[in-house]
Amino acid sequence: MSSIALARPDRAARPGIRALLARIVRNYYVGRLAKALLTIYLVTTISFFIVHLMPGSPVEVYIYTLIAQYGISYNDAKNQAAALFAVNVDEPLWQQYLDYLGQLARGNLGNSLLSPGTSVSSVLLAYMPWTLFSVGLALLISFVLGILLGMLMAYRRESLLDHLLSLLGSIFHSVPNYILGILLVVILGIQLNLVNIAAMRGSFSPGVRPGINLHFFLDALWHAEFPILTYVLTTIGSWMLTMKSSTSAALDEDYVTVARARGLGDWRIMTAYVGRNAVIPLVTQFAISVGFIVGGSILIETLFVYQGVGWILNSAIAQRDYTVMQGIFLIITISVIVANLLADLLYGRIDPRVRIQGESGG
Amino acid sequence: MAVITRSARVPAVRAALDRLAAPVRGAMAALGYNPAGRAATWALLIIVVISFLAPVVVPEPPPDYANIYAPPSAAHPLGTDFQGADVLAQVLRGGQTVLIVGAVAAAVSTLIAITFGALAAYAGGWLDGLITGLADIVLTIPNFPLLAVLAAYLRLNNPLFLALLIAVLSWPTLLRAVRGQVLSLKERDYVEAARALDLGTLHILFREILPNMRAYIAMYFVLSMTGAIYAQVGLYLLGFAPLAGDNWGIMLNLAWYRGAIFYKNSFWYIMAPIVAISVVQLAMVTMTRSLEEAFNPRLRKM
Repeated sequence: MSSIALARPDRAARPGIRALLARIVRNYYVGRLAKALLTIYLVTTISFFIVHLMPGSPVEVYIYTLIAQYGISYNDAKNQAAALFAVNVDEPLWQQYLDYLGQLARGNLGNSLLSPGTSVSSVLLAYMPWTLFSVGLALLISFVLGILLGMLMAYRRESLLDHLLSLLGSIFHSVPNYILGILLVVILGIQLNLVNIAAMRGSFSPGVRPGINLHFFLDALWHAEFPILTYVLTTIGSWMLTMKSSTSAALDEDYVTVARARGLGDWRIMTAYVGRNAVIPLVTQFAISVGFIVGGSILIETLFVYQGVGWILNSAIAQRDYTVMQGIFLIITISVIVANLLADLLYGRIDPRVRIQGESGG
Repeated sequence: MAVITRSARVPAVRAALDRLAAPVRGAMAALGYNPAGRAATWALLIIVVISFLAPVVVPEPPPDYANIYAPPSAAHPLGTDFQGADVLAQVLRGGQTVLIVGAVAAAVSTLIAITFGALAAYAGGWLDGLITGLADIVLTIPNFPLLAVLAAYLRLNNPLFLALLIAVLSWPTLLRAVRGQVLSLKERDYVEAARALDLGTLHILFREILPNMRAYIAMYFVLSMTGAIYAQVGLYLLGFAPLAGDNWGIMLNLAWYRGAIFYKNSFWYIMAPIVAISVVQLAMVTMTRSLEEAFNPRLRKM
């Protein structure tokens, strides 16, 4: 009697837990999160093995440079290298790998090879905010402006404005962003002499103290002007064109006709009926765009000498500062992955279909 | 031209030629679907012909140190560079490698995408999961920084190696499109019929499904060529690939770092590679638009 009474809830609970587990595994958000974590793990692994398995691994090269330059013993050189790369060179590779992962989890990315005593994390902290500021602001401006212009184009189909914006959008979309950047400098800065390019270099003017005040903000904005302008011009075209075609498609849908027949206001139809559906394709595009802009920041920041992570990555590669290079690349990649994850989560919120279907093919 | 008119008298040869020309004619019709597409196709064709002829016809411009950063003149229509060499000759000669690297990278990446995309859609199960998972991961890693970091370890003095490296990072977009297309085409009646006739997976894939995706594949080929040219010129601009030989990317780097930003006279020195690269990119993007419009009737009325 008692055994039956005990067994019954047990039997009932088991499929319950299994169903719950199955639901968690199949959950849209959990799946995306797992994929993002897996990607981050793989990228860290790849970057570890690039550094340690490449012919003439940077660690070894560094050890021999130390010996040649300072005439110190192999052991001393090895200890110095171990401290800089945050690995112990004596251990077997898998042990080094585990150490590296452990250090990474604690936020230790090693020290810069070229400026001893500077940790890679402090380099990141110094340069990351500028990139976040310029790229974030540029994305916001181009996304919002692109959506508005795209909708305007769809509502005014075949008008002069539509044709003009389409033309400009395609041109800016196809010309590489660094070429647009060079054009801005050469035409506005050198040929017409309208802006002082040399003074605009850097992230803020000498003498201006970073702090939360309007003066500093305006100065930072002035220095970020050209990078932001370049990002906005090269990305707005695709937002506009995608938004135009998806809005045009949404305008032809039956539910819009029905909403009109029901006498709903134009504003409400535009935002709740057309806009919400038309913006869905842009969310997926957003993820790709973040990767592209952040990836392109190495070129744009170098051209404008804007001191963000792209600029420091470029100089680390040029000077073969392997630890800084590895750390920055890792952070850039992780931030793109996180942005992708956020876009996916947002996608799940805006478009309930993907959430319910779970993993949808294609 | 002369060959075609002469052989046109023989009906069998004519039929064979027609069969060979049909896809080309079809592609040309699709590329020239709208006036912009037609103009873009012609512009690209002209650039390709010039780029491949120039290295043979135009001699390498000699340096002339008495005449550096010269403005445009009769002898040097686009002026001279930092060592007094003619800019026009460099632009004409500099297109070949850029186009070859772009085409090879696009071809390899298209090949990878088609093979593994079709395989994933056809095999399904864990193989599908593995391939699409890998594609998603490669897609999220920002390509250009990875290329730049790899350039610190690898020697990129061989353009074909550079092309392969770019290709290895750029296949996922097309792979996802191919997989999606094959998944939906797989269910069509004619594929079902072919399966009922027991025609074999390879036959179904290459004779029934892929021909229906020609438009997609052509579009992505051109698009990935623009991507490859972007990455390649970007690497040269940052100086991560050896600056030797005639190449628009190298011209851009030298014009930028050796003076065009200081001398007003050098306007055409830096504009020459800029215009060349921009026209190629714009022409190719316009061609893909035209292809898209020709093959996707829904877009026409927009």
